[in-house]
Parts: sequence; structure tokens; C-alpha cells
Amino acid sequence: MKIEILGNSDTRSGFGDGLSYLGEINPNVLALCADLTGSLKMNNFRDQYPERFFQVGIAEANMMGIAAGMTIGGKIPFTGTFANFSTSRVYDQVRQSIAYSNKNVKICASHAGLTLGEDGATHQVLEDIGMMKMLPGMTVINPCDYNQTKAATIAIADHIGPVYLRFGRPKVPIFIPKDTPFEIGKGLTIQDGTDITIFATGHLVWEAVEAVKVLANEGHSVELINIHTIKPLDTETILKSVAKTKCVVTAEEHQVAGGMGESIAQLLAKNNPTPIEFVAVNDQFGESGKPADLMKKYGLHFTNIIDAVHKVLNRK
Amino acid sequence: MKEEKLKNFASQVRRDIVRMVHAQNSGHPGGSLGCVEYFTVLFNEIMNHNTDFNMDGQNEDLFFLSNGHISPVYYSTLARCGYFSISELSSFRKIDSRLQGHPTTHEGLPGIRIASGSLGQGLSIAIGAATSKKLNNDISIVYTLHGDGELQEGQIWEAAMYASAKKIDNLIATIDYNGRQIDGDVDDVLSLGNLESKWIAFGWKTLECDGNNMEDVLNTLQEAKSLTGKGQPIMIIMKTEMGFGVDFMMGSHKWHGVAPNDEQLENALNQLEETHGDF
Repeated sequence: MKIEILGNSDTRSGFGDGLSYLGEINPNVLALCADLTGSLKMNNFRDQYPERFFQVGIAEANMMGIAAGMTIGGKIPFTGTFANFSTSRVYDQVRQSIAYSNKNVKICASHAGLTLGEDGATHQVLEDIGMMKMLPGMTVINPCDYNQTKAATIAIADHIGPVYLRFGRPKVPIFIPKDTPFEIGKGLTIQDGTDITIFATGHLVWEAVEAVKVLANEGHSVELINIHTIKPLDTETILKSVAKTKCVVTAEEHQVAGGMGESIAQLLAKNNPTPIEFVAVNDQFGESGKPADLMKKYGLHFTNIIDAVHKVLNRK
Repeated sequence: MKEEKLKNFASQVRRDIVRMVHAQNSGHPGGSLGCVEYFTVLFNEIMNHNTDFNMDGQNEDLFFLSNGHISPVYYSTLARCGYFSISELSSFRKIDSRLQGHPTTHEGLPGIRIASGSLGQGLSIAIGAATSKKLNNDISIVYTLHGDGELQEGQIWEAAMYASAKKIDNLIATIDYNGRQIDGDVDDVLSLGNLESKWIAFGWKTLECDGNNMEDVLNTLQEAKSLTGKGQPIMIIMKTEMGFGVDFMMGSHKWHGVAPNDEQLENALNQLEETHGDF
């Protein structure tokens, strides 16, 4: 894949635009929001399809239950609120009424991770991937830019079963070409290489792209794979790449515990034990600050990926 | 269905409840027994429902049990109405059974559309299903049942606020107001205060009834039905006696979640006529 910056946008706008497109093509698609319509970029859907938009107020537990009930009758509800309020706040509702009941609800979660920024740790969930991937039957997706988030939003409407779609607040480079198909559960190879594989998800994919440029100048042949679907994990692509490169760095805006890296480590421990380094938050809460400053402070910068690559190459 | 027939149905459901709970020495007989008249009337006289089950349930009335622990009365009613074989009641709470301790869709038991057990979630589900019906131009009604102790869960009041604000008027909820929960009397554990005033204040059309009087249950549910479509959700505060129909189980919270022993089972069954044949 040829990487170039195609623009700059927030992934939540990809969600909003994907949702509006779905509103137009699929009359069964409904949207629910818990008083964060603007933050979730759901305004356009609300204005275009008011009879299919449901403002539930600041009552996320009720929203999850209503969404689950709406599926009875063939509707496809998309819930929208911050990632923290989509997961930890309503974990039991999601577990019993959606996951265990196998309801076709799309839980769409913005402002995930540290890049939420100034609001601080109360709002910066870094445990959501772990919580959601532990639920049997739950699909977990964390796209990396505007185009991929829009494509993912459209793709999950056709997937039958509960989905957790995680995206973010800040404007970041758009670099996945518009026409790239989004296949749930299939990793996207961004660059082929032979010395090391970097698996990255969400905002860390762009950081990895930046890291790969530096590493290439150092003479390292890096394979970069975007794991947008954390569950189900693309075991085939991961094992194939690791068989070739024999060492791994994972990168994500999440705790090490419960994250994408943990899923990959478990896969490798079982099938092909391999040196692995994790670029992720290490058992800490975040804090207020500018997103870029927070990413540096908590070790999620592209330079942290470079350091992890050097470290793991020495362990090979 | 004539009154005699309803009473016979109820008597058999009560036998099923105590026998199911006894067989596995596990389950919740008290609340189940108290709600037998409600289930009997709802499923035989009130709801337009299809025992040839499909999950979407379009163009039929739907029922959601929010206080999932009274699953014995739910399972017996579903089986006796023809959703699944009566003999399957013997698998209640056993391994590899579709009759889980608390109702679930996971094992594919016909008649169940949502898992319940963790309390306070059913009203939201019903609002969602009722909304879906409106979107589908389906004029059917959605019914729910809740425990009174369950009203201590905050999600109930989120849903209560939503249903009236958004005029969910194809919804008839009922509270099993038996005044008891696991730890004791509801008034001692955490009083609900003036329950009727609370629901009225939340914007619901509120009715009261004697839940162990078949005729009153029937009349109240019929009245509730006539009040749908008028811009307000409907709540029936249904006074019941936990353990109703089995004398030694009445008047206490102690039979909330305790199974009878052999002797107690025999005593209970002597009070309940076998009208439709035991499972």
C-alpha cells in the first residue's frame, strides 16, 4: 500500500458520515444517543432521519436496554456515546441484554483513550477493548483514520451480531485510501517487510507509519499490519507474518492488560512463541493535557515504537 | 376461557412450580407462586401471541420478564400454552437444559426474547421493543413484569422517565408488589415510599389490582389495554402474596429462593389440584 496523507480529520467524523450513509440506504438502521450528538457527529443523521433518531438523555444503561429491545422487530440500532460510557458504565447491560442475549446492537464509542485530552482520566477509558473482547460473541473493531472508520461503520450494519466500534476525538492524518475494502476480522497489510512485524490498531497505526520511515532509514525491513478488528483476531495473517519476521511489536492506545497486544501474545504463546514488545499504557490512569503531549508522556509516540523495535530486534 | 378453566390452569402451574424447584432443590418458588394469576390471565386471555415462536414477534403482543428469578412460573406457563413440550419442565436448572435458572435466549427456548436475571433491565428492553413496533406500524402491545425489590435499581427510573417523556403508549408494565425481597420486607430493606405517587409523578397512567384475584387481574389488564394509545405508558401496581396458594409459603420472605423438601412438597401438592397432568 502506498502511504500518503490524503487529508486530516477525526475518526468520529468517519463514524458520523458512515451513519448518515447507512440512514440513506438502510431503513432499519436506527441511531440512539445519550446527550452527545455533536461529539459523536450524529447531527446529520438526526436532522436527515428524525423518526429514526432517539435522544435518550444522560442515561446510558437505559440506552443499551432500549437498543437491545429495538432489535426485536428487525431494527439495527447504533448507540452513540463516549467509549467510557459505552463500556465500563454499562458493562452489565451490555453483557446481559446485548451480548448474552445475542442482540444485533452496534455500540459506537467515541473519545476512546488518552487522545480525549483535557477532560482527563474520568473520561479517558483505556480498558474498553479488554472488557468488550472478553464478552462471548462480541466483535471488537478499532479503526485508524476517517476513511477506515467510515468504511467500518458501513460494514458493521451488514454483520449480524453485537459489535463494539471504537474511535476517537482528535484530528489525525487520513492515509487509508477511500476505496480500501473493510473486511471485519481481516488485518490490513500496510507495508511488507522481513525483519520485524509491527501490529498496530487505532490512532497508533499512524504513529507506526512514522516509525517505519525512520526504521527504514536505519536499514530495517519492517512489516506493518493494521489490526483493525481485535476480535475475531486475524490469526492467519498474524501467524504468517510472524513466521517470516520472527519478532513483534504491538501498538495501541489502551492498557497493556486486555489490549490487542495481549490477544496477539496469547496467540503466539500457543502457536509460535516469539519475542514481543508492547507499546501501550502500562497499568496507569491518564490525566488532563493536550492529546499529543499525553501520547508522549504515556509512551504512545512513534519514538516509543522505534525504541520497542530496537529492543525486540536484540531479543530475536 | 371460563373462570373454571383459568383456575385449573393456575393450579397446574402452581404444581409445576413447586415440583420443578423441588426436583433440583434450587429456584425461586415464592414470587413464582404469587404471580400465577397474572401469567394465567395474560397468556390465556389478554395477549395475542403465537406459540410458533419467532424472535421478531411482529404483529403479536410481546412479554418480557424483568425479574427473571421467577422463571418457574414463566416456564410452566409457556409449556402449558404450547411453546415447548411439558416434559421439558423436568430439565429446569439442570445441565444441558434450555430452562436455565434465569430465562435466556442463549439456549433457544421458544417464548424467551431476552436474558433477564440481573435486575432492572427489562423495562428498557420493553421500551425498545415497543418503539420497534411503532416503527413497523405494528399495533400490538408490549407487556413487562417487574419485582418490587427490583425497583431499587436505578435503570428502572431512567426507563420510567424515558417512557413517559417519549410517549411510549403501547406498553403495559406490572409490578409484583408482594412487599418482600431476599433480605426481608421491602420496607425494611429499602422502602419504596409511596409507589403509586412515584409512578404518577413519572408520568405514567397507574392502575392497582389484587394480583391473586383472577377476576381483578383480568379486569385490570383489560382496562389497561383500553388505555393504550393515549400518549402515556401504563403501570399496574399488582398486590400479591409471595407463596400464594401454598399456605406454609405465604406471609414471609423466607420462600423467596428456597426449595421445599420431600415432606413440604407433599404438603404443597395436597393443596393444589392436579388439573392438566403433572410433567
